[in-house]
Amino acid sequence: MSAILQGAGAGAAAALSPFNSIDSNKVVAPSRSSLSVRCKRYIVAGSDDGTNQSFGSSSLVARRSQPLMIPNAVSTTKADTAASSTSSKSGHELLLFEALQEGLEEEMDRDPHVCVMGEDVGHYGGSYKVTKGLADKFGDLRVLDTPICENAFTGMGIGAAMTGLRPVIEGMNMGFLLLAFNQISNNCGMLHYTSGGQFTIPVVIRGPGGVGRQLGAEHSQRLESYFQSIPGIQMVACSTPYNAKGLMKAAIRSENPVILFEHVLLYNLKESIPDEEYICNLEEAEMVRPGEHITILTYSRMRYHVMQAAKTLVNKGYDPEVIDIRSLKPFDLHTIGNSVKKTHRVLIVEECMRTGGIGASLTAAINENFHDYLDAPVMCLSSQDVPTPYAGTLEEWTVVQPAQIVTAVEQLCQ
Amino acid sequence: MAISRLSSRSNTFLKPAITALHSPIRRHVSTDTSPITIETAVPFTSHLCESPSRSVETSSEEILAFFRDMARMRRMEIAADSLYKAKLIRGFCHLYDGQEALAVGMEAAITKKDAIITSYRDHCTFIGRGGKLVDAFSELMGRKTGCSHGKGGSMHFYKKDASFYGGHGIVGAQIPLGCGLAFAQKYKKDEAVTFVLYGDGAANQGQLFEALNIAALWDLPAILVCENNHYGMGTATWRSAKSPAYFKRGDYVPGLKVDGMDALAVKQACKFAKEHALKNGPIILEMDTYRYHGHSMSDPGSTYRTRDEISGVRQVRDPIERVRKLLLSHDIATEKELKDMEKEIRKEVDDAVAQAKESPVPDSSELFTNMYVKDCGVESFGADRKDLKVTLP
Repeated sequence: MSAILQGAGAGAAAALSPFNSIDSNKVVAPSRSSLSVRCKRYIVAGSDDGTNQSFGSSSLVARRSQPLMIPNAVSTTKADTAASSTSSKSGHELLLFEALQEGLEEEMDRDPHVCVMGEDVGHYGGSYKVTKGLADKFGDLRVLDTPICENAFTGMGIGAAMTGLRPVIEGMNMGFLLLAFNQISNNCGMLHYTSGGQFTIPVVIRGPGGVGRQLGAEHSQRLESYFQSIPGIQMVACSTPYNAKGLMKAAIRSENPVILFEHVLLYNLKESIPDEEYICNLEEAEMVRPGEHITILTYSRMRYHVMQAAKTLVNKGYDPEVIDIRSLKPFDLHTIGNSVKKTHRVLIVEECMRTGGIGASLTAAINENFHDYLDAPVMCLSSQDVPTPYAGTLEEWTVVQPAQIVTAVEQLCQ
Repeated sequence: MAISRLSSRSNTFLKPAITALHSPIRRHVSTDTSPITIETAVPFTSHLCESPSRSVETSSEEILAFFRDMARMRRMEIAADSLYKAKLIRGFCHLYDGQEALAVGMEAAITKKDAIITSYRDHCTFIGRGGKLVDAFSELMGRKTGCSHGKGGSMHFYKKDASFYGGHGIVGAQIPLGCGLAFAQKYKKDEAVTFVLYGDGAANQGQLFEALNIAALWDLPAILVCENNHYGMGTATWRSAKSPAYFKRGDYVPGLKVDGMDALAVKQACKFAKEHALKNGPIILEMDTYRYHGHSMSDPGSTYRTRDEISGVRQVRDPIERVRKLLLSHDIATEKELKDMEKEIRKEVDDAVAQAKESPVPDSSELFTNMYVKDCGVESFGADRKDLKVTLP
C-alpha cells in the first residue's frame, strides 16, 4: 500500500492548486463490518435441506458438507486462467480495490484533466477505499467530496466533461445512481448524438453493485440491466485485480462515457499483477478457461461461482469453456461467436434478474447471430425476480449457486 | 467585438444608402460608440447583495444592435410559427418571442468564453451566441445542414465554438450540467462564468437546489438565471410555487430581480453578476419576462391566461418597442430607418427559410453516426468479423 501512495506525480498536482491544504490526520476508514470479506465462503445452496436441487453424485455431497474457502481465489485457479494475467516474473500482489486505485492514480498522474467526484471519496478515502490517499496527493480540486445529491453531481460531471475534463464519478453503491438516471440516460448517453458530434462526454461512472452479504434489497441491485438500453454508453464489468486496473485505465482514456461495474464482494480478491503499464480492451471478452464441450458466459462475481462449478465439472469429465464477457455493452460477439462455433452449447450465468437482464439480451443476441451453430437452446441462469431478501439463506437462493451451474451443464450436455 | 459590430452595422447601413437613390442621409450618431447613460425604468431588487446602479452605460451603436438582433429573433420565431403550422417543423417547438431582451442583453455583457446553457426554449439564445439563421431553420426542419445535423431538433441547438451548451429537453436537467461547466471553468482557471438559464417551472426542481448547494460550497462561477415568464406551461407561478420570489430562493446565495423586458437592465444585471461570480461564487438572477406564444406550438396559450393580458404586456412592455422608443427619443434613428431595417430583416429571415427548405435531409447512414466517438462498438460483431481490436489513445 505504501509503495502506491508514495508515488511521484507532484508535477500534476502542482499544476492545479487545491482549495486548502488537507489535514494529514484525516479519519482512518473504520473497520468494515459485513461488507469486508477477507474470503468468500460458498455454502452450496440447499446443503441443509436439499429440497431445491437434486444432486446426484456422492462426491458432490461430500464436497457440500465442507465450506469452500477461497481466500486467494484467482491465484489458486491461476493454472486454469489462460489470459487473465500475464505471467510476468516481476509482478506485485495486491487486492482488487488497490488495483482500481492504482489504475486511477496512474491516470490522474498522466492527465491533469482527470478528476474524481463522489460521496466520501476525498478525505474519507472512499467507502471501499478505492480512492484512498488520492485526496492527499492531488488535492481537493481533483478529488471532490460531494454532498449527497447523485442527480446533481452526476450532471455536474457530465457538464464538466462537455468542456473537456474527464471526471470519474463514483456512486457509493450503483443503486444510488438510479437517482441520476435522467442525467445518465439523457445527457451522458445522448449528448454526443443530439449535438451532431460537437460534444464528447468522456466520463467514467463507477461503483459497486451486485448482491452482497445480506445488505438488503435496496443495496443489492444490479444496475447493468437498467442501463443496458441507453444508447451511447459503454458498460464494462471487472472481476479480477488485473482486469480491474486495466479496465479502469481504458475507461478513463476512452472518449465515450463508460460505466464500470464493480462488485461489493470482489474488492478483496488478491492477485499478482504486472509492474509495467497495461490496459485492457474495453470491448473484449476474457477467455478464462478454454474448453470443448460447452461455452459458459459469465461476468463479475458469477465468474467465481462458474469456476468453482468448473472444478466439479472437470472431475465429472466435462470440459467447459469459460468466458468472462467483461464488456456488457457492446457484447464481444466475436469471441463469443468463435466459442459457440467450437462447442455448440451455451450456458449464461449471471447475477441480473431473469427479466430484462444482461443474460436476456445476450441470449437474444446469440440466438440471432449464431442460431445455426447451436445444438441446444441457450440456457440462462439468472437471479430470481425478487427483491434481495435480508435473511442469509433466502439471499443465497436468489443468486445462482455452483451446484445449479453443474446441473445445468449436465442437462445441456446430454 | 464592438469594432466588428460597428463595421458590420455600418456596412449594412451603407449598402441601402449606396444602392437606393432616395435614401435619407445616414446620421453620424447612429453608429456612434460614444457612451450614453440611460436609466432603467424599473429598479433592481436584491437579496443578500447590493443592487447594481440603475444607470446603464451604453451607446447608440449598441442600442441599434439590440434593435436589430431582437427584431431578427422576433421574425425568426414568427417564421418558425408559420413553418410549424405548415407542418415543416414537427414535434415540439417552443418559441421565445417576448423574451428576446434577455438573449441580447446577456450577450452584450459577456464574451464568447463565458458559457451559456439553457433549456428547450433555445432558438434565440443560439442566434444570440452567433448561430446562423439558416442553421437554425435547417435544424428545425430536420435537414442535414442543421446545427446538430438534423439529429437534435428544436430542443437541441448547440454551438461549441461559442460556448453555447444547448438546448435540453428535460426540465431542470441543464442546471447540474451548467454547474459542471462552471466547475470546469474554475478547474481550468478560465476566468469565465457560466450562465445557467432555467424557467419558473424548473425552479421547483430538486436538482436546482442540489446543484446550487454544490456551487455555493465550492465557489463556482455559476450564474443561475431564472427566466420567469410567469407560467410553467399552463400553471401560473402562484399555483406552483409557495414562494414565487425566485431570486430569494437561493437562501444563502445572493439574488437579483431584474426587469427582463428591458435589454439594458438585463445587460447591467449580467455584467454585475459576472463580476460577482468571479469573486464570490454563485448568484441568482430572476428575469421578469413574458412569452407571447403558448408554452409550445401545441399550446394555444389562452386557456390559462386572457388575451387581454397578452396584448396588455405587448403594448406596455414589449422589448422591441421599448428600444424603438429609445432610438427615436435619442434621435439615433428615424421611424423610416427602423422600418427599413425591419423590412431588411424580414427579407433576411425569409431568405434563410427558403435556403433551409432547399437543403437535403440526412442520409440513412447518418442514423448510426455520432453514437460513439470514433464509432466504437456501433456494430454488433457477427461470427465472421475479422479480428478487429480497437486501439486506445
